[in-house]
Amino acid sequence: MRSVRMPRNIPIWFFVGVLLTIYGALIGGHGVYAWVTHERSVVVLSNLHAAVWWGGMILILGLIYCAKFFPRRQQ
Amino acid sequence: MILAPNAGIASKLFLVAVAAPPPVHGQLAHLTPLDVSVIAIYFAMVLFIGFYLRQASNTGEQFFLAGREMTAWIAGLSFVSANMGSLELMGWAGSAYQYGILATHWYWIGAIPAMLFLGLVMMPFYYVSKTHSVPGYLKLRFGESSRIVAAFSFAIEMILMSGVNMFSMAVVMKVVLGWNITFSILMSSLAVAVYVGLGGLRSAIYNEVLQFVLIWAGALLVPILGLVEAGGWHKMVAKIASNYRGQDYVHLWRDTGHFSANPMGVHWTGIVFGLGFVISFGYWTTDFLVVQRVLAARNLRAAQMAPIIGSFFKMAVPFIVILPGLLGLVVLKNPNGTLLHLVGQNQVSALHPHSFNEVLPLMMVRYLGPGLLGLGITALMAGFMSGMAGNVSAFATVWTYDIYQPLIRKRATDSHYVAVGRWATVLGVVVSIGAAYLVMHAAGIMDYVQALFSFFIAPLLGAILMGMFWKRATAAGGFWGLLLGILSSVSLFVWVRLDPSALSIVAISPDAKSMAENLYRALWSFLISIAITVVVSMFTQPRPVAELDGLVYGVTKLPFQEPVPWYHNQWFWAAIVVVVFAGLNILFW
Repeated sequence: MRSVRMPRNIPIWFFVGVLLTIYGALIGGHGVYAWVTHERSVVVLSNLHAAVWWGGMILILGLIYCAKFFPRRQQ
Repeated sequence: MILAPNAGIASKLFLVAVAAPPPVHGQLAHLTPLDVSVIAIYFAMVLFIGFYLRQASNTGEQFFLAGREMTAWIAGLSFVSANMGSLELMGWAGSAYQYGILATHWYWIGAIPAMLFLGLVMMPFYYVSKTHSVPGYLKLRFGESSRIVAAFSFAIEMILMSGVNMFSMAVVMKVVLGWNITFSILMSSLAVAVYVGLGGLRSAIYNEVLQFVLIWAGALLVPILGLVEAGGWHKMVAKIASNYRGQDYVHLWRDTGHFSANPMGVHWTGIVFGLGFVISFGYWTTDFLVVQRVLAARNLRAAQMAPIIGSFFKMAVPFIVILPGLLGLVVLKNPNGTLLHLVGQNQVSALHPHSFNEVLPLMMVRYLGPGLLGLGITALMAGFMSGMAGNVSAFATVWTYDIYQPLIRKRATDSHYVAVGRWATVLGVVVSIGAAYLVMHAAGIMDYVQALFSFFIAPLLGAILMGMFWKRATAAGGFWGLLLGILSSVSLFVWVRLDPSALSIVAISPDAKSMAENLYRALWSFLISIAITVVVSMFTQPRPVAELDGLVYGVTKLPFQEPVPWYHNQWFWAAIVVVVFAGLNILFW
C-alpha cells in the first residue's frame, strides 16, 4: 500500500478555511439549538440570534476557502 | 506586535492601567464549555501549523525570511496583523472612549501615508540590498557601528515588549476570565516558543494571517450589534452629544486648532508632523518587526504591493476598535439603567468599578453569547500571541545576523545559524517571561519600556532617510546622527519627567497636555538626528558613489519590472488608497 504523505504546500488560506468551518459549525449549530429550545440568554439583542447568522456566515466562508485552497495530495 | 508609537500613547495608558491593583469587580465573563472548545481548537491549530511548517524551515532564508516566498496578500496581511495586537485593540478602544474619534488619527494619518511611502519608495532599497534586517541595511550603508546601535536597541526593546505583551495579556485574562496569571503566561509562551521555534518566520506569518481573520470574525460583531442597539451612527452621535455636553467626541480635525479645544489636548501640527510624519514613518518604514514581513515577499512587486494591501485593512480597523469605544459612551449601562461611566485606572472604586480599558471586553460580554464570546476571547488571545511571536521572531533574526554573526562567530554554516535562530527563539521567550514577571513586580518599569521604543524610532527614521536619499551622508554622520538623536529624545523625556512644566516648551504651548509630549519629542529628536547627520557628514569623507549602488536613491539600478495590467499596478492601488484616505478624513472632519 502506498503511504500518503502530508502535502508540502498547504496554503495558509486552507488552514483559515478549516478553522472557520469548525467555528461556524460549532457556533451556528449552538445558535440554532438555542433558538429552537428557547434557551435563555443574558446578552443584549439575543432576539436577533446573532450566533445563527454570524456562525452561518463563518461556516460558508470557511467552506469556500477549504474548497478553493484545498491542497493537492502527494503520493 | 510591538507597541508601536502608532498606538504607543494609548497602549502606554493601557499598560499603566493593567499594572495597577486588580479591579474591585469580579471577572467580567464566564466561559461555557463551547467557549473553551473554541479557544482550545485555536491553540491546537497554531501548534499544528508550527509542526507542519518545520519541514519548510531548514535554511536561513526559510527560517528567518520565510524563503522570501510570500505573496503580496499574505505579506500585506501579516504586515498589518503583526502591528495589530490585542494590547492595541483594547488600549485604543479605551482611548476612543476617553478621547473620542481623535484616536482614529493613529490608524489613518498615523499609518497610511507611511505605509504607502514604504511600499512605493523604500521597499526597492530594502529588497534590492537583500538585507536580512533593518540593522543589516544600516551596516551596508553606514558601517558596523550604526548596525550595532540599532541591533542592540531592537533586541532589547523587542524582548522587553514581548514580556510586556505577555504580562498584559495575562492581566487581561485575569480581569476578563479570572485566569491565574502564571497559567496564562506559561500557556501562551509555550505555544509561541513551539510554533515559532519550529516554523520560524513562516509560522509566525501564517499565524498572523490566521489572527487577522480571527480578529475580524471575533470582534466585528460588536460594533454591528452596538450600532443596532444605539439606533445607527447619527443617533449614536446625538446621544453622545447629549450625554457629554461641552466635549466633542466625533470630529477628527475640526477642534484641533487649539490644544484646549479637543478632549485629547493636541494640535493639528503635532498630529500632522509629529504623528503623521515622524512617528508613523519612523515606525512603519524602519521598525524591523513589520518590515521583516514585507522582506519575506516573493518578488519586488509583491513587496511593494504588500503595504498597499495592508493599508486598506488598516483604514478599516477603526470600525472594530474606535467605534466600540464610542458606542460604549452610549450603550453601557448600570443595572439600574443609568449610564455606566468608565474611569481611569487610578480612579476605579466601588462606585466606578470599571476602567476605560475594559470597554472592549465589556462590549463583548454585552453582546456575545456562548461560542461567540469564545471567538471574541480567542481573537484577543490570538492578538497577544501574534504580538509575542512577532517580537520573538524579529529578535531571533536580529540576534543571529546582527549580533551573533558579526560579533561572536563570523563564519559558520547556514544550518548553524538556523540552529542559533531556533535557540534564540527559545531564549527570547524565556527572557520575555522574565520581563513579564519583572513588570508584574515593578509596574513603573512599563512606562520606561514603552519610552525606550519612542527614544529610538524617530532618530532611526532620520538615519534611514538620510542614508537612502542623500549620497553625501557618511558613516560617521549616520552613526552620530542616530546616537545623538536617541540621546536628545532621552533628555527631553527625562526633562519633562523631572519638570512637568517643561512640556509647555517641548510642545511650544502652555495648553499642551501629556498626550502631546510623544508627538513633539519625536519631532525634535528627528530634526536633531537629521541636523547632526548633515553637519558631521560635511566634515567627513563620503564613500565612493559606486559603492552605494543598491543602497541610495539615484545611484541604484532598480530591477526591471515587467509591465502589468493597470489592476496589478501598485501605483494605481496606492492612488485608490489616497482617495479613500482623503474621503474618510473629510467625512469625519
